[in-house]
Amino acid sequence: MNLITKAILLVAALALAACNNPRGGDFNDPLSGSGGITSSALGDPNDPTSIAYFNQTIGDTVNFTVDSSDLSAQAQTILRTQAVWLNRFPTYQILIEGHADERGTREYNVALGARRAARVQQFLIAEGVSASRIRTVSYGKERPVEVCAEQRCWDANRRAVTAVSR
Amino acid sequence: MTQISRRPVLSLLAGFALAPKVALAQTPLRIEITEGVIEPVPYAIPDFIPENSAGGQYAAALARVIANNLTGTGLLREIPSTAHIGRITSFDAPVQFPDWRAINARALITGAVRVNGQQITVKFRLFDVVSGQQLGDGLQLDGRTDAWRRMAHRVSDQVYQRLTGETGYFDSRVVFIAESGPREARRKQVAIMDQDGENVQFLTDGSALAIAPRFSPTGDRILFTSYETGFPRIYLMDVATRRRQVVGDQPGTMTFAPRFSPDGGSMIYSLSVDGSTDLYMLNIANGQRWQLTQSGAIDTAPSFAPDGTRIVFESDRSGTSQIYVMPLQGGAATRISQGQGRYSTPVWSPRGDLIAFTKSHNGRFHIGVMRTDGSNERLLTASYLDEGPTWSPNGRVIMFTRDEPGTNPALMSVDITGRNLRRVPTPGAASDPAWSPLLP
Repeated sequence: MNLITKAILLVAALALAACNNPRGGDFNDPLSGSGGITSSALGDPNDPTSIAYFNQTIGDTVNFTVDSSDLSAQAQTILRTQAVWLNRFPTYQILIEGHADERGTREYNVALGARRAARVQQFLIAEGVSASRIRTVSYGKERPVEVCAEQRCWDANRRAVTAVSR
Repeated sequence: MTQISRRPVLSLLAGFALAPKVALAQTPLRIEITEGVIEPVPYAIPDFIPENSAGGQYAAALARVIANNLTGTGLLREIPSTAHIGRITSFDAPVQFPDWRAINARALITGAVRVNGQQITVKFRLFDVVSGQQLGDGLQLDGRTDAWRRMAHRVSDQVYQRLTGETGYFDSRVVFIAESGPREARRKQVAIMDQDGENVQFLTDGSALAIAPRFSPTGDRILFTSYETGFPRIYLMDVATRRRQVVGDQPGTMTFAPRFSPDGGSMIYSLSVDGSTDLYMLNIANGQRWQLTQSGAIDTAPSFAPDGTRIVFESDRSGTSQIYVMPLQGGAATRISQGQGRYSTPVWSPRGDLIAFTKSHNGRFHIGVMRTDGSNERLLTASYLDEGPTWSPNGRVIMFTRDEPGTNPALMSVDITGRNLRRVPTPGAASDPAWSPLLP
C-alpha cells in the first residue's frame, strides 16, 4: 500500500469518525435521548486490529434480495471473513443492524430487518463467534445508506451491517 | 381538569319561532355520502354575527374554520361571500330565503358569537334554502375562548350530521411523525395537531427516532415506538402531561407496532426475537402478557375489531405479506386477502364493516378497503409509496402517508368512496398519521 492510498484511507476513517456514525459506537451503554448513537475512534485502517480495518478491508455489510433474509454465496464469504477476524479479536462487541429498502411498509420492514440481523447473527455463531458478544437491532427502512427511487438504492439499502465496538 | 373546563357545552336554543313554514311537502336536504355524489352541494356561510365587540375577532374566523371543514369533505361547495345577495344582520331575524335561492345555495349556515372575558358563546343554525326550513334546532355552545376552534369543529360536526345522517369527524386530532433532516439520518418526532392541521405540538424532542404513534380509544394517551435506547421499544404517553413510560419491554427483544384494545386497557404489539416476529397482548395496568401467534414468520401490524372480539394483522407465513383475522385469544388465523400482491397494515374501521390496508403490486402502492371477510376489495389510491391507513372517527375517511420520489412524505386523506383525495396540511414532512376518536 503506497503512501497516497494510506492517506486516503486515513482521511476516510477520520471522516467516518467525525460524522457520528453509529458503527463502532458503544451500544452497551444506552444513553437516554441520544438514540443510542455514540462515536468512538475507528483507528488506523492499516492496523488489522482496528475497527476501520474491519469496516473497510474485511467489509461490514452484506446485502439481501427483496423480502429475503437468505445469505448469498458472496454474503457468506464476507461473513466467514468477519467471523475469522471477530474470533481473532474477541474483545470487540458486535451489534448487527438489519435494514430494509423503502419498498415496504414501516412495521413489516422493522420485522424484516430483525430477521436479516438474526440470520447474520446465526451465521456468525455457527462460525464460532460467541453468542454473548452479539446483539441485533432492526432499523427497518429508517436508515437508508443510499437515497434514490431506483433499483441501485433499494439494493444497497437491503443490508445487514456488523458494527463492532470495544 | 383543563380538558373539562375547555370543553364546549352544547345546548338547544329554545323558543325558535321564526322559521317560515313552507306548506309544500319537499324532500329535505340530505347528502348520501355512500352514493356517487358527483356535484358538491352549494352552501353559504356568512361571517358569524358578533353580538358584542369582543366577539368581533371571532366572527369571520369561526365561519372560515367551519367552511374549511365542510368544503374539505368534497360533499359541499361554498358560495363565496362576494356572491351573496342576502345579508344576515341578526341571528334571530327571519331569513330571506329568495336571496339565497337566487345564488343557488342549497344550504345556509348562520351563526353568532359573543365573548365575555375568557368565555365565548357560539350559536348557529342550519337551513335548507330550497324548502325554507331549518334543519334541526339552533344550537348554542359555551366554553373558553382558547377552545374557539373546537367550537367551530363541533358546529361543523353538527352540520355534517344533519346533512348526511352520519356522525361527523371534525372535533378530532391526529398524532403523526414530523420529519426533518436528510433521509439517511432522519429526525423523527411524535407530533399532534387538530384534524385540519392546526395547533401542531411536538410530543417528543427528536433526539431519538420515533415511529408509528397510535391513539387510545379515548384520545388521551398514545403508544409509539422509539429508538431511545438504540433498540425499538414501545412507549405509552399521556398526551396532556407528556408523561411516558416503557411498556412491554423485554431485554434482548425488539418491540414495536403497538395498538390499544377497544377498552384501552391492553395493547397488542409485535415482539421480535431470533428473527421471528410474533404478536403479543399486554395488560397495561398489571403487565400480564400473552403470546398470540407462534408462526416463526413475521406477524405484525395488528389491529382490533371495534367490538374487541377479533384481531386483524399481517403475516408473511404464506411466503408474502397477507392479511389474517384471528380470535382475540389467538389461535387459528384465517387469511382474508385474496388478490395479487403484498398486503400490509390492516386497520379495522371504527364502524366494524371494513378493513383498510396497504397493498403493493407491480411496483405501485395502494390504500384500499375490503370487507372483514376479504371480499369487495377496492383500491382507493395509487402512487410510488402509499402506506399506513388510519380511519376518521366515523369510518368515512382514511388518512395515510404518501412518499413520492423527489418530495417529502406527506399526509393525505381520501374518502372510502375513493373520491376527494387531499393533502392534509402539516408544517413540514410528515408520516404515520393516526386519527383520534371524536374528542369528549
